[in-house]
Amino acid sequence: MGHLTPTPVLEPGQDRTMILNMGPQHPSTHGVLRLLLEIDGENVVRIMPDIGFLHTGIEKTCEAKFYQQVVPLTDRIDYLCPMTNNLCYVLAVEKLLGLEIPPKAQWLRVLLNELTRINSHLVWLGTHAMDIGAMTVFLYCFREREEILRMFEMVSGQRMMTSYFRVGGIALEPPLGFFDRVRDFAGYFPEKVDEYENLLTGNPIWGMRTKGVATITAEDAIALGASGPTLRGSGVDFDLRRDMPYSSYEKFQFKVPVAQEGDVFARYMCRVLELRESIAIVRQALDGMPEGPIKANAPKVVLPDREKMKTEMEALIYHFKIITEGFAVPAGEVYQAVESPRGEMGYYVVSDGTAKPYRVHMRAACLANLQALPKMCEGRLLADVVAAIGSIDIVLGEIDR
Amino acid sequence: MALTPAVTDLESLKGHPAVARLLAWNATAVQQAKFDRGEMTVFIERGSIREACLVLREDPVCAFNFLSDVTCVDWYPAEPRFEVVYHLLSIPNKERVRLKVHLNSASPAVESLTSVWPAANYFEREVFDLFGIRFNGHPYLRRILMPEDWEGYPLRKDYPVEGYR
Repeated sequence: MGHLTPTPVLEPGQDRTMILNMGPQHPSTHGVLRLLLEIDGENVVRIMPDIGFLHTGIEKTCEAKFYQQVVPLTDRIDYLCPMTNNLCYVLAVEKLLGLEIPPKAQWLRVLLNELTRINSHLVWLGTHAMDIGAMTVFLYCFREREEILRMFEMVSGQRMMTSYFRVGGIALEPPLGFFDRVRDFAGYFPEKVDEYENLLTGNPIWGMRTKGVATITAEDAIALGASGPTLRGSGVDFDLRRDMPYSSYEKFQFKVPVAQEGDVFARYMCRVLELRESIAIVRQALDGMPEGPIKANAPKVVLPDREKMKTEMEALIYHFKIITEGFAVPAGEVYQAVESPRGEMGYYVVSDGTAKPYRVHMRAACLANLQALPKMCEGRLLADVVAAIGSIDIVLGEIDR
Repeated sequence: MALTPAVTDLESLKGHPAVARLLAWNATAVQQAKFDRGEMTVFIERGSIREACLVLREDPVCAFNFLSDVTCVDWYPAEPRFEVVYHLLSIPNKERVRLKVHLNSASPAVESLTSVWPAANYFEREVFDLFGIRFNGHPYLRRILMPEDWEGYPLRKDYPVEGYR
């Protein structure tokens, strides 16, 4: 009968407070987040998030798959930034294997990651604004997001669950016309960001709903494990892309937006400025795209080209062996972190020397960011909780895994 | 980028600031250290993990002020069976270190880090939920992802992956 008693139960502290249940089907909770709110009139006294509604046991599933079979699972963790998940996982496995990735593959990964960041931020901006009451922004954002999803479909065959990166490189050469399409998008996208900003940044209603709301100090944000724009909105200048670069991010020039106020508006500004920086990185990646192979020279790990399989016996054998037996990874463990749109996404992969990972653990940025929510909201108004949830940009698929 | 063998000799790893600081603080608490694939791992004696983290956080040189992650690895049927893994990040130095604690299957319990970093709260609850490791001193050690009335700990290696439950 345990499942009939909702968990966790908050006891009303005094007679004057009451318990309000918010979610898991509430539209402003961005998925299946359930919040138990203890409220005194309209003031929030305590918040207790209740998560786990979307738990699918991905970490356990990974242990039964070959290394290359885990890639499609990683898409489904944070479904708004599939490429970032792909990248983080393949970087971890490549580090375990000690593989050298050709420059073109690295640059393509950067290009696609920044498109993913724009994609994810557009969903955040649209839904966040809609929660607060600005409906139009949502429609504008999804217009541009549609174009990005089409580009993803072009390059990987899938709109959302791309699974485009492979251990040792990327799956396929981008099709003809892909770079022109990205260049086209990079050309007109900054104007669109101006459009969003016209609607929101100077808007007095937006300002009243976001400025000074749900503040968190830098010390609290660090202590609670917050990362990404949630941390940078509080004045901590730290971005993994710049400070601990991976996949040749050190060759790109970009600024890391930081805001000092620590409120919803500061986090909003950080993300909007990141949209502009991301498109600048995309342009640099297009301009400087190196020539060369897109897969590492490691025949035991990387699937051979289709053409080679038709003419070379060895390629066929390797293909057969990788598909049926996987590839063995030397024993060891790595923790690889990348800057996802939401913060520090980390993959901890343990190998015992076989073809299946012994343990895969994902460090979810949202899980840690969610812990900052009570700190942001307690003692403030109930309506601000909605603004605060939007501002930390949670994805429940990543929290529950 | 060919793989180099892991360095496990504590003497030759003394140069690393985190190892040096921990050895200076309490040499008996540091059981072992490993440098592999560019990552530093320090094995800490089970009872000292909270203080070790406090030392690393407060030290002005190391300044590991951010707790990235807490997780666990089950090495069933070997003993000590569990490895609780802590990933620490120094935001000022842009450096990581991994701390590990070995726990045997008879009493899988370790001190909670919630008093050092409040961030440990959810991470430790998750490890408790999926591995059944107890964290002494945790303010609210209850299941977080699985239903409250669930039996067993799903990420343990002896947990059945098929058949009726």
